[in-house]
Amino acid sequence: MKIKEIQEEIVEEFAMFEDWMQRYEYMIDLGKSLPLIAAEYKTDDNIIKGCQSKVWVHADLEADKLVFTADSDAIITKGIIAILIRAFSNQKPLDIIEADTQFIDEIGLKEHLSATRANGLVSMIKQIKLYAVAYQTQLS
Amino acid sequence: MAMFEVTKIREDFPILKREVNGKPLVYLDNAATSQTPQQVIDVIVDYYSNYNANIHRGVHALSQEATDKYEQARQKIQKHFNAKNAYEIIYTSGTTHSINIVANGFSSFIKKGDEILVSAMEHHSNIVPWQMLCERTGATLKVIPMNLEGELLMGEYDALLSKSTKLVFCNHISNALGTINPIAEIIEKAHAVGAAVLIDGAQAAPHLVADMQALDVDFYTVSAHKICGPTGVGILYGKEEWLTKLPPYQGGGEMIAEVSFEKTTYAGLPHKFEAGTPNICGGIAFGAALDYMNQIGFKAIADYEHQLLEYATEELLKIEGLKIYGTAQQKTSVISFNIQGVHPYDIGTILDKLGIAVRTGHHCAQPIMDFYKIPGTVRASFSFYNTKEEVDILVTGVKRATAMLV
Repeated sequence: MKIKEIQEEIVEEFAMFEDWMQRYEYMIDLGKSLPLIAAEYKTDDNIIKGCQSKVWVHADLEADKLVFTADSDAIITKGIIAILIRAFSNQKPLDIIEADTQFIDEIGLKEHLSATRANGLVSMIKQIKLYAVAYQTQLS
Repeated sequence: MAMFEVTKIREDFPILKREVNGKPLVYLDNAATSQTPQQVIDVIVDYYSNYNANIHRGVHALSQEATDKYEQARQKIQKHFNAKNAYEIIYTSGTTHSINIVANGFSSFIKKGDEILVSAMEHHSNIVPWQMLCERTGATLKVIPMNLEGELLMGEYDALLSKSTKLVFCNHISNALGTINPIAEIIEKAHAVGAAVLIDGAQAAPHLVADMQALDVDFYTVSAHKICGPTGVGILYGKEEWLTKLPPYQGGGEMIAEVSFEKTTYAGLPHKFEAGTPNICGGIAFGAALDYMNQIGFKAIADYEHQLLEYATEELLKIEGLKIYGTAQQKTSVISFNIQGVHPYDIGTILDKLGIAVRTGHHCAQPIMDFYKIPGTVRASFSFYNTKEEVDILVTGVKRATAMLV
């Protein structure tokens, strides 16, 4: 599936819930199924700055697609990163670079996060895009 | 007030009527900022509606009125903390500003080889200025350690004190743990070796009345926003002899006696430390907040908050896997806790969705978190306008969050 289609799917899923407690329950479930980062990449260098809980993200190039793995010490944060990984993992670097992140606003996620977590979300997206830029440079 | 009528008191606080995320607000972040009663809000509105003017300068009526009210508030603050003179009360923007005035001023007295002691449970605002002072002067910063309960090891304090000790800094009450520190003993022992003492009273002022003369403390700092007053205003209390010796912190209007391009002579106390147009309305409202608190009575407030603390501690400890950090014998109504295997941010996030405001994180006291080897805690801090029912809502909320998160 294309990034745009996955994003639409996520927006639809979130719209089905009646309140934010249910959405959080769903995010916690997503967090539990997050593709975990290998221990060797769980280093201080891979910690995303701007998050108050610790977040590690790693990207591997498999064929021409980027595969993301991640982890966090907070479960809701894991849920947030799981949503991002679902949208951006297994995609070509160029598509990731060009993808917009409007769906985050459509879910209403940002406004329901504390300011520190919302900053963290922005940092996570930035990190994912940076990986894409780095690998794109390598590919071209 | 014969009996503590919390329902009646709550009516004074308009914010307590609001809803958050569709639920009635349960405000348990009082150690960060207390809420403001209508009586104080009215004073703020009255100031801007009727006599907003710059103080100490104008000859006109409004300026005179504003000056009178601002100086009357200073006297109220002086009386409340039993300072010897009103000019020993310096208006500041809050505790952090107050501490920086002293830390900056001491640069002129401190030299290489001198030692500065801070307690292990300080807020960053009471660590960083002293580190900066040490960097500037070559003095050494030493730490008074604490035990697992969150109590200072007074034997270690005795051992650290020496003729090289020039300054001792300690909070009266820890913001992260709620510990009430034995400041009278700390001050007395520091004075015995000739060291000056600054006590950060930010967390103590809402719960008890510190007597400057009885304590014989050299410096004491308070923020109005933790004691039912507005944000952006506070005080530095300093003994006259110290304030006279300390150089001014900022240059500007109000702090001068005479200015020429060759030389400026500084104004006397308190104006020497009050450069520029101050938070006039804030100072006046600070006085009104003290009036409000005193009308309820600090003894009644402390007794009631202690009941809340005991009840909340008992109920929270019934939750499996819950651990409280800071179990000092002497503590105020602050409970820092974690649930085993759950990140404090996660609990705080779910509690927020339930309308419950708590603080999560390191509470600007990272050394304490390092001491306990944890990333942070959830902190519920209770004020005299909180109720047992709100404690129950918190406990139910924590249980619900735990069920979701574990």
